[in-house]
Amino acid sequence: MNSNYELPLEDAGYSFGFLDEYAKKEVRRCILKAIAIPGYQTPYASREMPMGRGFGTGGLQITLSLIGVQDTLKVIDQGSDDSVNAVNLRQFVQLTCPGVDVTEKTEEASLLQSRHRIPEKPLTEAQILILQVPYPDALVVVEASEARRKIMHAEADYSRLLVKLYEDIVHFDEITISHRYPTRINGHYVIDPSPIPRWDVPKLHQSKALVLLGAGREKKIYAVPPYTLAEPLVFDDIAFRVEDFRDATGVRHACRCCGSTVSFLDEFSNDQGMVAYQCSDSAYCEEQQQTGSAA
Amino acid sequence: MSRKILEVRGLSRIHGKGCPLCTQHTGPEFDTNICPFCGSVVAAHDINFDLYRGEILGIIGESGSGKSSTVKMLYFDDAPTFGQATFFDGAEQHDLFSLNAAQQRSMRNKRFGMVYQNPHMGLNFQISAGGNIAERLLMSDLKHYAEIRRRAGELLSRTEVSLARIDQNPKTFSGGMQQRVQIAKALATRPPLLFLDEVTTGLDLSVQAAILDLILEIQNELDTAMIVVTHDLGVIRLLAGRTLVMKHGRVIESGLTDQILEDPQHAYTQRLVASAL
Repeated sequence: MNSNYELPLEDAGYSFGFLDEYAKKEVRRCILKAIAIPGYQTPYASREMPMGRGFGTGGLQITLSLIGVQDTLKVIDQGSDDSVNAVNLRQFVQLTCPGVDVTEKTEEASLLQSRHRIPEKPLTEAQILILQVPYPDALVVVEASEARRKIMHAEADYSRLLVKLYEDIVHFDEITISHRYPTRINGHYVIDPSPIPRWDVPKLHQSKALVLLGAGREKKIYAVPPYTLAEPLVFDDIAFRVEDFRDATGVRHACRCCGSTVSFLDEFSNDQGMVAYQCSDSAYCEEQQQTGSAA
Repeated sequence: MSRKILEVRGLSRIHGKGCPLCTQHTGPEFDTNICPFCGSVVAAHDINFDLYRGEILGIIGESGSGKSSTVKMLYFDDAPTFGQATFFDGAEQHDLFSLNAAQQRSMRNKRFGMVYQNPHMGLNFQISAGGNIAERLLMSDLKHYAEIRRRAGELLSRTEVSLARIDQNPKTFSGGMQQRVQIAKALATRPPLLFLDEVTTGLDLSVQAAILDLILEIQNELDTAMIVVTHDLGVIRLLAGRTLVMKHGRVIESGLTDQILEDPQHAYTQRLVASAL
């Protein structure tokens, strides 16, 4: 964003949080409904935002509807506080929500808006995690018709998703879904938990924090309320497994910066073809480096 | 306990807006099933029959006689205009057309099986043969991968599809083999009632014979009741114990298959039998 540009809050008559109060109220009502029916995709009137659909408008509308001056916001993109998407969204909230504090520390935030990751640090009951979602419906990969998908959700008929897992095991000896792993919430609805890696899926299970998922382009909000069952879709005899970051000899890679061997790692290759690993959660990595307490 | 499994009464299907005269001015005696007053098509009218456990009922007739329409209604692919069908499932009794959509889907997935003439309608050609069978098993709440593999393998062996091809896509199979995979899929949940709609049409004679043998073996083994729709008298002669002959949406003759083939009463049936012999 142009640093000389200031949003004409008073001249243009923008209300706190960019959205008008009626819009925020409508989003909050949908959030309540989503919490009441865990995993159910609640349709809502997704507003036009001053950014393209697909840039996190769904998550942003939830954030703007919930945020108040007493809140502290953390915005992350792929685990990083400093990526373009995270920085711009954070600046937008700062511009349109005067008085709101922002932070990069997970434990300080009351609201966390995230794209594609859940922070490594366990969240608390006082926090709300808002995930940006590109494709809200897990069934879209097996059924093109939305009308039929709605019926399948209503009847909790996820046999075709399981067939997809079956085919994966048959052809590749394992389930090859790396992100957007279909997850059953509270024993009924299967959600697309946004493109978080498998590593983050178990964090949804019995999460202390409320998890809200917003898809702006698809106009859907759904939720994983605190202390709710969140079970990845698997067969009875094949356990769900997360990324293990082990090399051919079975040794787990460590973060090149903090040395952590218990966090989700990003893989980097340099021009010489050397591969290095680094914590995906930048705030966690920095903290580990400062305290020197990496595992 | 009664061995009756299905009771169909007054089953009718009219395509179009319909009028009070539709059913009175159509049928074999008018040589049409199109209402001269409103143009509606009386696809089937006043179909009545009972089906017993382990019995094979044949429905024969020319194209457009209403035989497939009848089966489509019973398999919930189409809704009847009026009529009743009662399904006797052990101690339970279900009025099929009073069930809501979810119950109908559940019944269709777990208690009925269907083998279509065109394998594209019964099989998913995006996934493997084993995956097709797994889909049926998963629908019936079996979620154990190894057990699903075992059951899929067992069913394919039973229908004489080589186990080596379990993980191959059925679009690489011959027509007869696709039909056998379809039968294996339909049998996955061991349904007490199986519908077979022109299953041998388009297959060569040797493959036809193998499929018909397989159907008979399954009937003996599993005591499955079947409704076989065909326009082939040979299929009826081999499979069906009782037969309904349909023309212009009406049942014009019904009885034991041997009796119908040896001593047909209706002029149309006589022509049908004579032309085949």
